[in-house]
Formats: sequence, C-alpha cells, structure tokens
Amino acid sequence: MIRNFSIIAHIDHGKSTLADRLLERTGAISERDMRAQVLDTMDLERERGITIKAQAVRLDYEASDGRRYVLNLIDTPGHVDFSYEVSRSLAACEGAVLLVDAAQGVQAQTLANAYLAIDAGLEIIPVINKIDLPAAEPERVADEVSSMLGVEPGDVLRVSAKTGEGIDELLERIVAEVPPPGGDPDAPLRGLVFDSYYDSYRGVVCYVRIVDGAMGTGEPVVFKATGERHSAAEVGVVTPAAVPVAELGAGEVGYLITGVKDIARIHVGDTVTSARTPDVEPLPGYAEPKPMVFSGLFPSDGDDFERLREALDKLRLNDAALVYEPETSRALGFGFRCGFLGLLHMEIIRQRLEREYDLDLVATAPSVAYRVILTDGSQVEIRSPADMPDPSKIERTEEPIIKALIISPSEFIGTVMELAQSRRGVMEHMQYLTPERVELTYLLPLAEVVFDFFDALKSRTKGYASLDYEPAGYRPADLVRVDILLNGQPVDAFSTIIHRDEAYAYGKRMVSRLRELIPRQLFDVPIQAAVGSRIIARETVRAKRKDVLAKCYGGDVSRKRKLLERQKEGKRRMKMVGSVEVPPEAFIQALQVDEER
Amino acid sequence: MIRPDAAQLADAAGAERAAYVHVPFCRRVCPYCDFAVVAGVDHLTERYVDAVVAEIEREPTWGPLHAVAFGGGTPSRLSPSQLERIVSVLRDRFGLVDGAEVSLEANPEDWHEGLGDRLAAAGFTRASLGVQSFDEDVLAALGRLHGSGEAIAAFGDAKAAGLSTNLDLIFGTPGETLERWLATVEVAVALNPDHLSVYALTVERGTELSRAVASGAPAPDPDLQAAMYEAVLDRVGLVRYEVSNFARPGHACRYNLITWAQGEYVAFGAAAHRHRDRVRRRNVRRIDRYLERVEAGASPVQGEERLDAWGREVERVFLGLRRAAGVTAGCAGTALLESPAGRRLLDAGVIGRRSGRLVVTNPLLTDEASRAVLALEEVDC
Ligand SMILES: Nc1nc2c(ncn2[C@@H]2O[C@H](COP(=O)(O)OP(=O)(O)O)[C@@H](O)[C@H]2O)c(=O)[nH]1
Ligand code: SF4
Repeated sequence: MIRNFSIIAHIDHGKSTLADRLLERTGAISERDMRAQVLDTMDLERERGITIKAQAVRLDYEASDGRRYVLNLIDTPGHVDFSYEVSRSLAACEGAVLLVDAAQGVQAQTLANAYLAIDAGLEIIPVINKIDLPAAEPERVADEVSSMLGVEPGDVLRVSAKTGEGIDELLERIVAEVPPPGGDPDAPLRGLVFDSYYDSYRGVVCYVRIVDGAMGTGEPVVFKATGERHSAAEVGVVTPAAVPVAELGAGEVGYLITGVKDIARIHVGDTVTSARTPDVEPLPGYAEPKPMVFSGLFPSDGDDFERLREALDKLRLNDAALVYEPETSRALGFGFRCGFLGLLHMEIIRQRLEREYDLDLVATAPSVAYRVILTDGSQVEIRSPADMPDPSKIERTEEPIIKALIISPSEFIGTVMELAQSRRGVMEHMQYLTPERVELTYLLPLAEVVFDFFDALKSRTKGYASLDYEPAGYRPADLVRVDILLNGQPVDAFSTIIHRDEAYAYGKRMVSRLRELIPRQLFDVPIQAAVGSRIIARETVRAKRKDVLAKCYGGDVSRKRKLLERQKEGKRRMKMVGSVEVPPEAFIQALQVDEER
Repeated sequence: MIRPDAAQLADAAGAERAAYVHVPFCRRVCPYCDFAVVAGVDHLTERYVDAVVAEIEREPTWGPLHAVAFGGGTPSRLSPSQLERIVSVLRDRFGLVDGAEVSLEANPEDWHEGLGDRLAAAGFTRASLGVQSFDEDVLAALGRLHGSGEAIAAFGDAKAAGLSTNLDLIFGTPGETLERWLATVEVAVALNPDHLSVYALTVERGTELSRAVASGAPAPDPDLQAAMYEAVLDRVGLVRYEVSNFARPGHACRYNLITWAQGEYVAFGAAAHRHRDRVRRRNVRRIDRYLERVEAGASPVQGEERLDAWGREVERVFLGLRRAAGVTAGCAGTALLESPAGRRLLDAGVIGRRSGRLVVTNPLLTDEASRAVLALEEVDC
C-alpha cells in the first residue's frame, strides 16, 4: 500500500505550498506544528538531530476506498543545475505530480522536468495550480499541458494549493494512478541513494529508496560506486519527524545514517547494498558529479583568504558538487579555483559566501572545462586559462555543449533565435505548444551561456521566456587563449579561453573597458590584448599630467593635509600589477557581464 | 637681491612671526569659491572690525611681526580707515619688524583712484589683486563683477602708490582655450607686476560650480590646465617659488613663505586659522557665531590640531615640497627618498635630491609626492 511520488514544477508554481497542504490533509502537519513549537524552547533537542531535513516525507492517508496508504512525497532540487539530482529523485518514485501555474502556464522547467519524468517511466498526474488567481487561465493552460503530454485537457486536475480546493481529489488520484512499487523483497538489498545532507551531530544523512530486499538497523552496508563500507547505524522514516525503524523494506523510502562525516564520500545516485552481497548489479543511471563551470574566487582583502577557505569547507559539507582548489593569481593574490554544476549553482555559492559569510569577493570570468587533444594523442581537461598548453602542442580543442530548452511566447521567437544564433547555437527542434507559446531546443556551447545568456534571454522576452539545460557532450571548436597585458605584463585574472572568431571582439572590449577603469599613472600604460605573441588590440592610459592642489595657504594646512590623507587611503587599496596601480573594483567591473553584446 | 626660490629665504621664514586677519565680506559669492565668505551683510563690517580688534587685544603678546596679511573674502570691502585701525592695533599689540610686509587682497571692483596711496599711508606695503583674467568671457564665466579695464586701472593705482603688487589669475575655466589663456598671460606680463599667482580652476565640494558639474556642466580639463601651466612657466619673467606663485627678487610673499616653512602665525576673524606654540587652532566659521562669541568675551576658537613629532615632521615636508626650494630632506624626506614609492617618483622625474634637499621637479605632480610623504611608515628621527 505504498505510493512513491514527487511534485515537479517550474519555480514559484507552488510546489512547496502544495506539499504543505498535502501534509496538512494527511495529518502530518500537526506533528510538524508541534515540532515548530518544540523548536522555540528546545533548540538543543533539535540540534541533536530529532528533526531531519524533509527531503522525503511519509504521509499516512486513508483513502475513500477505506484503506490506509503510505504516501512518500519525495522532494526534488529546485533548479536547473541539478537536473542530475532531479533525475535521481525521480528514479525513487513511480509517479509525479506535474504542477503548472494557472496564470503562467508551461515553463521551461515544467517541460524539462516532465521529460525527465517521462524518461524515468513515471506515471504523470498533470495538475493546474492557483486556479483561485484572477489571472488564472485554466483552459488555456490545460491545452498547453494536453499538447505537451498528449493527455485529454479534461484529465488535467485543477487545484488551488492556497485555498485547498481540489486537494482531496489529488490525493485520490495519487492513490489510484501512481503504481505501487515493484521490486523483489526477497532479492539482495539494493537501495538508491537519491539525496544526502550533512547534519552537524549525525554526520551525513542519506535518503534511500529501497528497490529490492530490506535494510535493517545495524547491518553492514556497502556503497557500490565509492566502495565505502559502513554500518547502517540508524535507519528510519521521516514523518516529518525522524522516526527510527528496525528495517526498511522493498518499495519503502527513508533515511540512513552511517556515521560518515564527509559528504563527498557518499554520492547521490549510488546504490547501497548489504556487505553480504557486495556484488549485486548496481541500479542504473549513476553518474559522477561533474563540475561544468569554473571561476576563480579571490577575497578582495587578502587577509580574508583563510575565512574564504573555512566558508567553502562549510558550504561543501552540504554540497558535494562544489569543488575547489587553491589558486594563486599575480593580480588577485590567493584564492580558489571553484567548480560548479552550472551558472545558478555558481551564483548561489557566490551569494552565500558574500551574504552568509560576509566575504567581499572578486570572481574571475567564468570558464568551462575545455578539452585539449595534444599532438602526442593524449587528452587534458582545461579548467583555467592558465592551464592552456602551448599552441604548438595542441592537436585539437573541444568545448562542452549543452542542450538548451527554451519556452517563449511566440511573439519573441525571432529575437530568441537571433540571440541563440549569436551565441553559436544550432537549433535542434521547435514546436508550438499552443499558438501563443513555442518550445525551442538548441545545442549551444556552454561557454556562450555561462556569461549572461539567461539575463539576455529574459530581457529580450520581457521576462517571459524560461530556460533549462542539460549537458550534451563535447564538440570540436577553434579555441584560443586571449591574454590581457598591462604595461607588458599579462594579468592572469583577465585571461580567457575563447572561440577564435570572438577573440578580437573580446580583446577590444576588455582593453577599452580597462582604459576607463585604470587611473592615470606617472607613466603611459599600454593595455594590450594578445593571442600568443600576437597583439590583437591596444589602448593606452596616458600618463597623468596634473595632480596638484592649486592652493595651500595658512588657513588650509590641516584641511589640505587631511584631503591628501584621504586620497592616500584610496591609493593604499590599489593592487599592484607590475608597476601599475589598479583599483580592486576595476577587476570586478572589467569582469562584469557585457551589456553591449 | 636674493632670489624668491632660494633655499635660504625659504627656510629662514620658519623662524618668523606673522598675523592673519580674515575679512569674510564679499560683494557676491563667486560660483567656484569655497572660502569662508558672506555676501550682502556689509552692514556688519563695523561690528566685525570691533570684534577683530577685541580678539587681537586678547591675544597673548608675542615678538614683533614680520608679516601681516589680510585675506578673505575681500578685505577691500573694509574702508581704508577700518583697515588702518586693525593694522595699528596689531602694531600696538605685537610690534612690526623693520621692513615688515603688510599685505591685503583686494578686488578691482572695490578699487578707486587714490586707494593705493591711502593704503600705503595706512601702513600697507603690498596689494594682491583678484584680477583672475583679462578675458571678458572668462570673467563672466567665473561670475566676476569687474571688467579687465577696472583691473588694469586698479593695478596702475597700486603700483603708482609704491605697493608691491600681485595679480591673481585663474586658468582652465571651461571654455577658455590655451590661446585665450596666453592672451591673458600676455596682458599680465605687459603690466610687469612684482608677483603673480596663477591658479588652476578647481571644483571644490559644496560650491555652485561643483553642483553645476555634477548636473552635467563641463568640468575643467586637467590636461589642458597642465598645458596652460607649462605655458606660463617660460613666459613670465618672474621666478616660480611655489606651485602657483611667481615673483621678482625681493617680492616673494613673506606671509606665505612663513606658512610653507611651518612658521607660526596668529590669526583673527571668522574662520581664521592660527599656528602658535605648535598647535593649529581655528575660529568658528560663521560670522554671526564669531561675533556673538567675541562680543560675549568668549574665545572664538572652535577646534585645534596638535601633531606628534612625526606628524610635524611629515607636515614640514608636505608643506615645504610646494616650494621650488624644496625642503631639507631631514627625517621624513630621507625616508621618502629611500622608500619604493620615493624611488618610483624619482624614476618618473617627479622628485629629485639637490644638495641635501628634497625637491619636487615636476610641480604639476606635487600631490603625488605629498601623498607619498603622508603614507610613510613612521621612522625614528
Ligand atoms: N493564489 C495562489 N497562490 C499560490 C498558490 N499556490 C502557491 N501560491 C503562491 O505562489 C508562490 C510560490 O509558491 P511556492 O510554493 O513557494 O512555489 P515553489 O517555488 O514551486 O515551491 C507563493 O507566493 C505562494 O503563496 C495557489 O494555489 N494560489
Ligand atoms: S571674491 Fe574671492 S573670496 Fe569672495 S567669493 Fe569671490 S573668490 Fe571667494
């Protein structure tokens, strides 16, 4: 009597609100309220791990057929960079509630998630939410959903997670339509790790869907991909309070605590089995977490390096996808080269570092992991422009490609296509969801997307287009490294790997931008862009000619001295690149996304 | 006669005593001016002179003065007899050395025939005329109230009275070209003044000019100003002895030399700054508060600055560097010459070392050197 399902939706379409409503309807919420009260008074208890992040909640539901069902609601990560993790969560389910905002209609994440669910073979229950909104257009949205999924518009359920309308019907449909889990209770244990997080008291907590067999408390277990062996110190279910159980059986969903402290040792997507049957076939679909986008993060104030390291260490406790290693830049000092799953991931980490850890950071231009095939036939991955081999040793270069799924109102289709083409995009597919809305699929170089593609798309479509993407392999590309030289010295922070056709434009843009940002010095400062030893663009910051107070008389002495002292403070903040003084904000501004493109 | 830029002259001034009298009244406030000035309250001048006299009489006695300067504002807003009264009170209180300089700033529109003789009779030896330009368009852009004819007439009258005479000029007003500036310089040179002050127009905070620039009006172009300054250097037959000041021998402004040599001076009037017993003190800036305080028998001093030994050493170098004669390198100067910043300034030809002195060799970049001095780590002297 188990039903395992997820809610999938574009951001803000009401997933969390609907989840709350389901919890409330099934009685889980009263427990949750109680816990909220407990929280106020007994923080310590919570710290000890009584509560557990509700990534998978077990709901007890008595259906209209009079029978009691166990509904496991499995949460999916909320944004595009985690599509792999979304797919793992979906692999733990047999069904999915596809939630669509009645006013906004189908968006890129709706579609991307729907495709993931279809690929995972899930039963999909299409639901239109927010029908209470005055702007709701359930008929139009039902048409969109129907053409997307090939279902009858009448089969699309209409609910309001806010008012509770339609919630009972939804619960009934979940029971009726989501298939009960298959799996062999007598086969050797195979559990899918579909999520994990770090708890400061309990260590790593894994969420597991038992596919075959059973997992009992105290049993020794093995993680297939990593080979880690541990004891299942505690297994349990989340109601949403954590309730230890003796055993989780086939089809069930719950948590597993092994005492492992390092989240990087447990991989989402891995198969957990009994140490007695280490040779079982792993569940399909496992992939190593692989960073796609890289950027150097440097503290503006060199003294903050240790604080940055500690902050990254802390963030990584809960984010196995975040990778970083120390990096030294002549211009920016000591920092870290960080790898992220994607743009949003990068943005989130940067913001958390700045907001939660109060760090002031300079981030170098994001780059992607290029592949270089050397003349000796070997292959290297290039994550930083500094690692680019000498051109004479390069046989061929390749760049990562993504498959981008864009949904846009049809009136903007021209401008969206223009944007994608200007970023070397190749259209794969185009389909009208309704006469008003189009779905476009493009193959795009990731490097073209990392800067500002999303912003450009939003601004060109007045915010109406949505984007989702997934990696789509590598493709040969004619790549070069462009260096920027200040007074003849390369500034590592500004080097970038770029398509040869764009090198000139990049070089020109950077040197003219830097000309505005670098204050005049005591001597002429040439700013050059170079590919290898060839200069492709040049500007000069002319030597400063006048820097003197016109007057300094008896009544001015203190005031003028203070004025010069203030200016001196400004000078002290300057970073020295060779003999050139560069204000730290120049790095940030020069690396800022190009609006001109 | 000793050259205005001689080291000996520059350094000797450090042991001399001066007095400064601030006269805040102006006919109208010029758009670029950030001095402590008031317009439209000339009815207060008599009260003001009384207050200044009272303040002088309360100042502890001192040795005789080498220089007295009336600045502003516009001292020529006071009548010759008011000015005379203050000079005589100063003389009574402190005494004047033989050949002391007694100087005032005056605006051409206040000048009238015979004023030069009248001022000489009152004890003045020097007049500094706020001419600013001989170009009518520039004068209009600067919001000045006089024309070049009045300026020339005032100059002639001052000169005829035997006063040592300075012309104040401003260059780089937006719209003024190099050619037009050179025409102004030519007129000035033809008048053959004893002293010339040339100031780059500066956008000071809080002025009408700075508000205009903030809302899009053109700002002075520093490169053009540099060219204008350089053009002056080899055109006037006078010796440059400070960033903005030129004189013929015997006519360097003694009061200012005292300031740049870190010498001491007493000062009277609203917003006046004094430097006595190694402390810098300033009076309240607002004229009404100044009057209230002095009339109530209270001190008008509103703030003071005391520097420690290192602070004074740095100040000595920072002030002295404005002079063509530079400063004896001493403790801070030597530290600068040996610092990385100092070496860069040497390499760039901004500073130089000349027989134990630190000098600025490119006066247009003086502040680069000043900031480097202010940025020095303290060293034991
Ligand atoms: N009017 C209305 N608002 C809703 C409904 N469901 C969710 N919302 C609102 O939509 C916004 C996004 O909801 P949330 O559950 O946070 O979306 P999520 O990002 O998908 O988890 C919130 O402001 C909700 O209050 C609904 O049925 N009707
Ligand atoms: S006359 Fe001189 S002191 Fe008076 S406002 Fe004009 S510039 Fe300032």
